[in-house]
Amino acid sequence: MMGWQALFYKEVLRFWKVSAQTIAAPVLTALLYMLIFGHLLEGRITVYDSVSYTAFLVPGLVMMSLLQNAFANSSSSMVQSKMMGNLVFILLTPLGPLSWFAAYVLAAVVRGLVVGLGVLLVTMWFAPLIFVAPLWILVFALLGAAMLGTLGLIAGLWADKFDQMSSFQNFLITPMTFLSGVFYSIHSLPPFWQQVSHLNPFFYMIDGFRYGFFGVSDVSPWLSLGLVGGAYVLVAALALQLLRSGYKIRG
Amino acid sequence: MTAISFQSVSKSFSNARGTFTALDGVSFDIQAGEFFGLLGPNGAGKTTLISILAGLMQASSGRIQVHGLDVQTQSAKVRKILGVVPQELVFDPFFTVREALRFQSGYFGITDNGVWLDELLECLGLADKANHNMRQLSGGMKRRVLVAQALVHKPPVIVLDEPTAGVDVELRQTLWQFIARLNREGHTVLLTTHYLEEAEALCSRIAMLKQGKVVALDNTSTLLKNASSNVLRFKLDEQLPTELAAQARITGRIVQFPAHDAAQIEHYLAAVRSAGLQAQDVEIRKADLEDVFLDVMGAAP
Repeated sequence: MMGWQALFYKEVLRFWKVSAQTIAAPVLTALLYMLIFGHLLEGRITVYDSVSYTAFLVPGLVMMSLLQNAFANSSSSMVQSKMMGNLVFILLTPLGPLSWFAAYVLAAVVRGLVVGLGVLLVTMWFAPLIFVAPLWILVFALLGAAMLGTLGLIAGLWADKFDQMSSFQNFLITPMTFLSGVFYSIHSLPPFWQQVSHLNPFFYMIDGFRYGFFGVSDVSPWLSLGLVGGAYVLVAALALQLLRSGYKIRG
Repeated sequence: MTAISFQSVSKSFSNARGTFTALDGVSFDIQAGEFFGLLGPNGAGKTTLISILAGLMQASSGRIQVHGLDVQTQSAKVRKILGVVPQELVFDPFFTVREALRFQSGYFGITDNGVWLDELLECLGLADKANHNMRQLSGGMKRRVLVAQALVHKPPVIVLDEPTAGVDVELRQTLWQFIARLNREGHTVLLTTHYLEEAEALCSRIAMLKQGKVVALDNTSTLLKNASSNVLRFKLDEQLPTELAAQARITGRIVQFPAHDAAQIEHYLAAVRSAGLQAQDVEIRKADLEDVFLDVMGAAP
C-alpha cells in the first residue's frame, strides 16, 4: 500500500464512522426539500416542456447535496486536525503534497458520491426519472465532487478556526449552490439575473449534471464541461501550491 | 557517523511588536547511537529546534542534516529516519489505538508490521487498550500512544520532546526502560526534558540551551565533574543574612550552598552559627545535574 492510500482510507473511515451525521443527515435534508418543494410547486411551474417540476428537482437536489458534502468533508477534516493538533501525525510522515491532495480530495469525492447516491435513491420515487446520458451524469458528479473537495481543502488550510470555516461555507458555498439553479431553471429569471447566474461556476455543474438525466439544459454540456474543467485545473493548482509551500501548516 | 548535525541554526519570529529570536546560531552534532539530552528552561528554544529538525518549521538560516540528508531539501527521506514524539498531547478522536498505529504505519507505506505493533503495545503497557477509542484513554495512556506512533516505522533516530511532562512514575519507568533498550539496540535518541535526574541517568551527552544559544555542551560526567563537586544542604526556620543568602539556593526552608572542599563547608556553617541561626538536618551531597544546570543558567549571559 502506498502512503497516500492509507491517508485516503483514514479520511474515508473518518466520515464513515459518523455516517449518521455525514451521510444520513444530508440525505434526510434533501428528502425534506423534495417533500416540501415538490408538493408545493408540482404543476405550478414548468421548467422544460417535457419534464415535470419534481423530476427537474431530483438531479438538482442530488448535485447540491453532493457538492456541499464533498466540501464539508475535506474542509472539516482539515480544520479539525489543525485545531486538535493531530495534523502533526501526517506532517511527520514522508507524504508529499500530491499524496495529501489525492487523499483529501478523493475521500471528499467518495463522501459526495455516497451522499448524492443516497439522495437519488430516496427522491427518485417521487417522479419518473430518465437517464438519457449516464456518462454525462458520472462526469459532472465526479468533477463537481472533486471541485468542491479541492475547495474544501483550500478552505481548510486557510481557516484557523471553525467559525472562519463556517463563514466560508455559509456566505460562499451555500448561496452559490442555492443560486445555481437547483430549484429553478435560470431561464425563468429576469435577463440581468440570468447573466449573473452565468458567472456562477456552480450553475454549470448542476446544469451539465441535469443534462445527463433529461438531455435538455440551459447551456450546452460541452460548454459546462469546458468551464468547470478549466476552473478545476486552476483550483487544483492553487491547492497543490498551498500544500507545497506548507501554507499555515508548516511554520 | 553523525546522526544529527545542527549547523548555525537560527530562527526568528516577527510580529507587530517586533522580532523575537528563538534560536541564535545553534551548532552541535549528535553521533549515531548516542543518548543525547537537550536541556534548557521554558522558552529556551528546545521545541523550536526540534520542530525545525522534524520539518514542522523552517529555519531562518542555517541547516540541519540527519544521516547526512538535509531536512529541508530531502525531507521525505529524513522523515523515514526520524521518529518524533511531539510535546503536545494530541490524538485523533475518531480511531482506536490499533487503528491509529496502523494508519501511522500506512503513511510510511508499511502494512506488514503487525508483530512490531504488538511489541510496541506490549512494551508500552498498551496491550489491553489496543481496541479502545483514543478518547477513552487517560492522559498518560495517550502519551504512550504518541510514543508508539512515533516508533511504528522503527526509526533509527528517535526524538522525544518532553515525553514525561506531567505523567506518572509508572509510565516514566516503562518508557525509559523501552527507550533505553532501543538505544542499546543502536537507535540514536535525542531527548528534551525538564526532569534533570532523568537526563543525568539516561543521557551520555548533554547540550544546554538558554535564550536560543548553546551555553553548555559536554559529556554528562564531565559537566558534573566541572561543577562544584559538593553541596551543603540544611533546613532553616529563620531568614539568612543577605550576604549569605546571595550565595545560597533557597527553596522554602531548604538552603543549599555549592562547595568545592571541606574548608568552604566549614566556612558556611560557621557563618550560619555566628549569625545566631540553627541549621537542621545538615547533610553534604554530591552535586547533580540540577546544580550544574542552575550554575550554567545563572552564569551564562
